[in-house]
Amino acid sequence: MRNAECGMRNCIEQRTVVSLCGIQLDNPVIPASGTFGYGYEFAELYDINCLGTFSFKGTTREPRFGNPTPRIAECASGMINAVGLQNPGVNAVIAEELPKLKQCFHKPVMANVSGFSVEEYAATCAKLDKEPQVGWLEVNVSCPNVHGGGMSFGTDPKAAAEVVKAVKAVTTKPVLIKLTPNVTDIVAIAKACEEAGADGISLINTLLGMRIDLKTKRPVIANKMGGFSGPAVFPVALRMVYQVYEAVKIPIVGMGGVACAEDVIEMMLAGATAVEIGAANLTDPFVCRDIVEQLPAVMDKYHIDNLNDIIGGAH
Amino acid sequence: MKESFLTITENTPLTKDVYRMKLSGDVSAVTAPGQFVNIKLEGLFLRRPISVCDCDGDSVTIIYKAVGKGTEQMTRMNPGETLNVLTGLGNGYDTAPSGDRPLLLGGGVGVPPLYLLAKKLLAEGKRPSVVLGFNTKNEVFCEQEFKNLGCEVTVTTVDGSYGVKGFVTDALPEDYTYFYTCGPEPMLKAVYRATNTSGQFSFEERMGCGFGACMGCSCKTITGFKRICKEGPVLRKEEILF
Ligand SMILES: Cc1cc2nc3c(=O)[nH]c(=O)nc-3n(C[C@H](O)[C@H](O)[C@H](O)COP(=O)(O)OP(=O)(O)OC[C@H]3O[C@@H](n4cnc5c(N)ncnc54)[C@H](O)[C@@H]3O)c2cc1C
Ligand SMILES: Cc1cc2nc3c(=O)[nH]c(=O)nc-3n(C[C@H](O)[C@H](O)[C@H](O)COP(=O)(O)O)c2cc1C
Ligand code: FES
Repeated sequence: MRNAECGMRNCIEQRTVVSLCGIQLDNPVIPASGTFGYGYEFAELYDINCLGTFSFKGTTREPRFGNPTPRIAECASGMINAVGLQNPGVNAVIAEELPKLKQCFHKPVMANVSGFSVEEYAATCAKLDKEPQVGWLEVNVSCPNVHGGGMSFGTDPKAAAEVVKAVKAVTTKPVLIKLTPNVTDIVAIAKACEEAGADGISLINTLLGMRIDLKTKRPVIANKMGGFSGPAVFPVALRMVYQVYEAVKIPIVGMGGVACAEDVIEMMLAGATAVEIGAANLTDPFVCRDIVEQLPAVMDKYHIDNLNDIIGGAH
Repeated sequence: MKESFLTITENTPLTKDVYRMKLSGDVSAVTAPGQFVNIKLEGLFLRRPISVCDCDGDSVTIIYKAVGKGTEQMTRMNPGETLNVLTGLGNGYDTAPSGDRPLLLGGGVGVPPLYLLAKKLLAEGKRPSVVLGFNTKNEVFCEQEFKNLGCEVTVTTVDGSYGVKGFVTDALPEDYTYFYTCGPEPMLKAVYRATNTSGQFSFEERMGCGFGACMGCSCKTITGFKRICKEGPVLRKEEILF
């Protein structure tokens, strides 16, 4: 049906096209927030228009420097980060980053938003709502709620739902709620977000972890603990996507440890409509381009005609 | 930045735990002394950042100290094996402000990046003098290499077993127009206080990516935050917050 598009731009693989909350993605491959900056470090390396989209660095109302260093620790098949949401603030993102991005990326981008109060989430989203380049708002509720004793919004169904309602009230763009895996019942949180009006669920954010340096006998990370991600967390992430898929009707963006085209397919079989890739971009800067290129061949290998046929296929 | 598959052509010990590795292949992304490469190692998730010590048309030389899993693994690699390396990372040293008599101050595995810098300064007709600091005599390396370039070299050892006893800051020459330094942070701080000209410092930080994507290596400077891997690793004296 859309084959007419071939020739107009690089012929897109119709078999990999998916729709996320009403916006078409040429493929489900999305670099995850915090591992792709605002796009242009990677645009220097390859044409990032080959991606479905990407989720930009977690943006807050005010600029943030983030945590002291060291912010990074290595783990078996993964890493811990405690960057602390370093970003220039939403006004600078709109004034500086988005115009720069426009030069190298011609698709709707996913705007990842963080906040420390319900009002802050709403204020930041209201500003991004006015930006035509922004396709989706991906609202990260893993941050501590300063009015809620520092507990993360994402660990309490009520607090998460409050964020959803506040954000939905200020935007017409699709709202994806990005959940933390550091909870006892991810399904309850996902359901609460769906009921509050979320258009989709992104999961998982990083798992709380730490490392201790044997030489200094102190935590490696200045902040002591940080977010663990990378291939090691894939089974945990996959399980959570699988559980949430059974409980909600809205689409899921699956992530956590994805590093190759096979992982993308596995995530989709668990229930993901699209898939984000995080830590793998840091160690292999071309990984998302390579996944996009390899996806058709891997689909062939597993006799998959169209990716839409396999979403939730394992259930 | 470029991702290259480089072939090991040499991997020899210079001291008990410091090795020189020569890697050949496409190194065209290396444009300045003080830049670094980021090396992927089998079985380890994060790459290992190591400074460029020397670079010619088709090879880079690095000098590394075995301090942990990754660098110990590197000591066991043999010529003919290949490594996936991101090359041309970081800003590197700027030779423009050096004046006629720049001073190069290196400590331990902070010495290697000064080698390519010395070559470049000499090629520009400047007369660098070099002070290399080590803990003890049998940890000294690269002295002869700098001498072979034609630099005036002073070595210091903390225990006095070789050269001048003390730290690099105990062997500063009278006259220099500018300085360049790389070494452990206590040494950088001492250099900051002991020098009376402007200069450039190379910093280390734990890195997630090495090319500016993760904000893992940010530091505060007088002119705002900088990523050690992208706007660094070399910072100017005037912008450092010590
Ligand atoms: C820009 C830059 C240039 C460098 N140049 C050199 C050089 O020329 N020669 C040399 O011997 N060393 C150099 N280093 C230090 C070198 O990166 C570390 O010694 C090395 O990463 C240790 O790895 P490991 O697996 O042996 O140690 P482990 O302790 O097992 O490493 C665990 C993790 O910590 C990181 N890490 C440990 N120590 C350091 C450190 N000092 N700096 C940054 N990350 C660290 C590792 O990369 C790894 O991710 C440089 C570091 C930076 C940032
Ligand atoms: C260095 C780093 C920074 C991150 N920053 C953010 C962020 O700003 N906002 C966010 O929602 N998630 C952030 N994340 C989480 C990732 O987007 C992703 O959810 C998580 O890392 C799991 O995917 P992975 O295993 O592929 O890394 C960050 C992850 C890393 C590694
Ligand atoms: S190490 Fe990732 S930004 Fe510097």
